[in-house]
Amino acid sequence: MAQLNMVQAINLALRQEMERDGRIVILGEDVGRDGGVFRVTEGLQECFGAERVIDTPLSESALVGMAIGMAAYGLRPVAEIQFMGFIYAAFDQLFTHAARLRSRSRGRFTCPLLVRTPYGAGIKAPELHEESSEAFFCHMPGIKVVVPSGPYTAKGLLLSALRDPDPVLFLEPTRLYRLIREEVPEDDYTIPLGQARLACQGKDVTVIAWGSMLERVMKAIGPRGAEVIDLLTLNPCDMETILASVRRTGRAVIVHEAVKSGGFGAEIAATIAGEAILYLRAPVLRVTAPDVTMPLSRLQDSYLPTVEQISRAIDDVMRY
Amino acid sequence: MFNAAYIPRDEQPAMPEELLASFAVRRLGILDEQGNVDEALMPSLSGTEIMRIYEAMLLARTFDERALALQREGRLGTYPPFLGQEASQVGSALALTPADWLFPSYREMGVHLTLGYPASQLFQYWAGDERGQLTPDRFNIFPFCVSVGTHILHAVGAAMAARYRQDPVVAVAWFGDGATSKGDFHEGFNMAGVFRLPVVFICQNNQWAISIPLKGQTATATLAQKAIAYGFDGVQVDGNDVFAVHRATVEAIAKARSGGGPTFIECLTYRMGDHTTADDASRYRSPDEVAAWRERDPILRLERYMAQQGLWDEGYGKEAKTRMTATIDEAVRAMEALPPPVAAEMFEHTCATLNPRQAGQLKEL
Repeated sequence: MAQLNMVQAINLALRQEMERDGRIVILGEDVGRDGGVFRVTEGLQECFGAERVIDTPLSESALVGMAIGMAAYGLRPVAEIQFMGFIYAAFDQLFTHAARLRSRSRGRFTCPLLVRTPYGAGIKAPELHEESSEAFFCHMPGIKVVVPSGPYTAKGLLLSALRDPDPVLFLEPTRLYRLIREEVPEDDYTIPLGQARLACQGKDVTVIAWGSMLERVMKAIGPRGAEVIDLLTLNPCDMETILASVRRTGRAVIVHEAVKSGGFGAEIAATIAGEAILYLRAPVLRVTAPDVTMPLSRLQDSYLPTVEQISRAIDDVMRY
Repeated sequence: MFNAAYIPRDEQPAMPEELLASFAVRRLGILDEQGNVDEALMPSLSGTEIMRIYEAMLLARTFDERALALQREGRLGTYPPFLGQEASQVGSALALTPADWLFPSYREMGVHLTLGYPASQLFQYWAGDERGQLTPDRFNIFPFCVSVGTHILHAVGAAMAARYRQDPVVAVAWFGDGATSKGDFHEGFNMAGVFRLPVVFICQNNQWAISIPLKGQTATATLAQKAIAYGFDGVQVDGNDVFAVHRATVEAIAKARSGGGPTFIECLTYRMGDHTTADDASRYRSPDEVAAWRERDPILRLERYMAQQGLWDEGYGKEAKTRMTATIDEAVRAMEALPPPVAAEMFEHTCATLNPRQAGQLKEL
């Protein structure tokens, strides 16, 4: 088994699935000859040709809109949005069409579309390259939202997403692209969408996170009896795993990179309050970015949740 | 600061401006308001074929009239009439094959009816029942696109997929003049041009986007010329001339199918009715303008031509209208006999399978 980083794991998953399934076509800006700005699609155009790995004009709405037409026609397009900060031009296509084509056509047309995009902070890139706006997309019935937390989960989730009958937004935490190496099997393995992963077991407090925050949570928990849930899929969210854990521990801390108000943590906290309040021993806390416009890299350490803040929140709920 | 105007003419550098490109915009018309045709341009159509075109236009108009009446009676919801646009819709629809992929906006019921989409389902949709959008398997017709112009991209994508599969399929998108101001018009046209895709764009320029007239939508003399900037042909046709629309569409489809790339057809027509039944066009346009366009009615001029050819008289006209009315009566009966939708159907097609939360919500209904 090879030790791969996340870029390599995603590349491997795409390559293997393209070999298996001739319906898969990649399209995006710089995905072909250049192999993508993060090199995620490196070598794929050489291997599969320019008809299957298509360099497009700089045109996010068209990328996604075209991919919707291709998916309805019977292909399995993989559209890459170069950075999540540029996905808003395609928001209309995602909400108005991808998410509801199956419903609007009463099942006659479907949209097995995968939209991949790098997201999140930590790479010292210019404005709009580092936001976490996953919550917008979790508010769209009809679209699945997936966030891997490392190379192993990236490959397994991507293979599931590439086989899903409905649109999937696959958010790749840029900070993790080359941060972690893990053993990633050559073999075909999938991680089901909509299932969270227990990153570690514990009985005193449940900490819920996804994407790049998971790594900080693992540093923050220390020797305390924390059960860490790596959500992996945000929509549909595996509330059963969260509720089962909170019912055992009686305490919950939710950590995300995005701003607090209207963040996905609110959905989780509300669900815990609605369905497990009698098991709670402490208030549900959220550790998030503040409700401000995201600063450039010099101030990001003050903006993003830190290991210390996560640790303090765990201490706070443990005091009850 | 450099300013060419300050340089005396005899001192100008020997670097004359070059004319890099120049363009012309064609307009196609075959059938005039008096019913005369330009024989050189007239497509070769038999008497039977011309009668079929006429009856398709009559069916479309009968549907539209009935839909308005049903809306006034509270039997349909808000409805966008297409009175006056029958030639643009029927003429283009008749150029397609069943294998082609169609991407309508929300005012193309004449296209659906011409191809044989059940009229009862069209009524069903406008009565607020989404099952009307379940396209029968024999067609590749996308659901109505209410979000203006955003479906242009889907046609481009379908054309890309058809070419990838090496299918001899053309994708066709219909939209209005308002759509040409949208970003997706630009992005879709650009993609179609760059990849030289088998797609035909048909703009029914009915000259009003609710209350905004064409000159409030664009500064260009025609919409057709916009295609030039994307590297493919644009042509303006008389949108109330069914022969011109048909000819232009046949040519565009043949070009697309043979690898010649996209075409943009601007059908210059007129929205005789309101934007929808919720609109009152008398607030923003003059009765004189509407009256002038009534003289250019697409069905009237076809009748005049057919009468000259011995294909139409009042008796045939009445008999055909009676048949179309009977067809539409039957469609209304069929629509109103359908069982009402049940709430559980909301959950059926959001995704292929229900997630646990949706399953719980379904149970709570």
